[in-house]
Amino acid sequence: MAKITLNINNKEYPLEADPQMPLLWAIRDLAGLKGTKYGCGVAQCGACVVHLNGEAVRSCVTKVSRAVGKQVVTIEGLSATNNHPVQKAWQEIDVPQCGYCHSGQIMSAAVLLREKPDPTDQDIDDAMAGNICRCGTYLRIRKAIHLAAEMQKKTSQG
Amino acid sequence: MKRHSQAGKGDLFSVKTATVLSILVFIIAVGASAFRKDEVAVKETTLSAINRDSVESVKAFATVYKVLMSPRCMNCHPAGDVPLQGDDSHLHVMGPKRGHDGKGVYAMKCANCHQETNTPGLHTPPGNPDWHLPPADMKMVFQGKSAHELAKQLVDKKKNGNKDIKKLIEHADDGLVLAGWNPGEGRMLPPVSHAEFKKAWLTWLNKGAYAPKKTSN
Repeated sequence: MAKITLNINNKEYPLEADPQMPLLWAIRDLAGLKGTKYGCGVAQCGACVVHLNGEAVRSCVTKVSRAVGKQVVTIEGLSATNNHPVQKAWQEIDVPQCGYCHSGQIMSAAVLLREKPDPTDQDIDDAMAGNICRCGTYLRIRKAIHLAAEMQKKTSQG
Repeated sequence: MKRHSQAGKGDLFSVKTATVLSILVFIIAVGASAFRKDEVAVKETTLSAINRDSVESVKAFATVYKVLMSPRCMNCHPAGDVPLQGDDSHLHVMGPKRGHDGKGVYAMKCANCHQETNTPGLHTPPGNPDWHLPPADMKMVFQGKSAHELAKQLVDKKKNGNKDIKKLIEHADDGLVLAGWNPGEGRMLPPVSHAEFKKAWLTWLNKGAYAPKKTSN
């Protein structure tokens, strides 16, 4: 065990953790942020995606030690009032069915829209292929990402 | 006079000796300089003409080829833009794309799953701090290449990442190359040890980097 400080959603969390611990456990069990989900535990499903210095890492295989000194953003910190374009589009389209995978889906989609503000269907497939939805909401996910892109565009145009 | 004459002979002898010594020193210096030049040249870019041996070179490449076409090497040198995976070199599940820099795209970047070290557990993501495919403008494809094609490609600076012989030699100890021999649980190793591979790699290069003949298949 070691004393570690993680910056999660712009807040410092002094934790006592094994540096080899998966970041997901630190986020959920030590910081108490339950929005990020455990799916497969081996980076195969995308339910646990969080942003680490802006990249959509899979927290189930990312060690706590990798996150020290970096900015971790979870679904709880993506926006101040759940008003990120992706979150608004998700609500507008009513994307989730069971909802379990959607914090990971939204975190991945947010990275896509940051890097490709006007994505094609192919871009969406390329970005989201690693996020599995057992309910099969893929068509709504794609529709919501296009809507989020429009919202983001309008917002940036003021 | 006699003494002068003797002295003259002595002077003459000294001049001859000095001349011979000078020539010897010159020859030694030039020789030494030539050797230094050769060493530098070999280290920098060129192959020694003296060491060329097409038979030994091609023989060594058989081992090199066997390693490069093994899943541990070929899986990250695919013919397409999706890496390969597993001992059967199937397309990587979830279809991550190469991207411009070989490090993936958007939310599907290699380092999002591949950590700096292997993840514990069977068939979990292997790790390396520099995990990536060759970049889009220099794909360095191994998959589907014959031994002849691959040998030619490996020494072509337009196709090998602009590597001269020195860089190719160094590449045998590249961190990502070495990672092939530390593949994580559930993955087979390359067919020979890294030491054997490196020996064959150096032999192939130092003996002239000859390509095996084209085969009919």
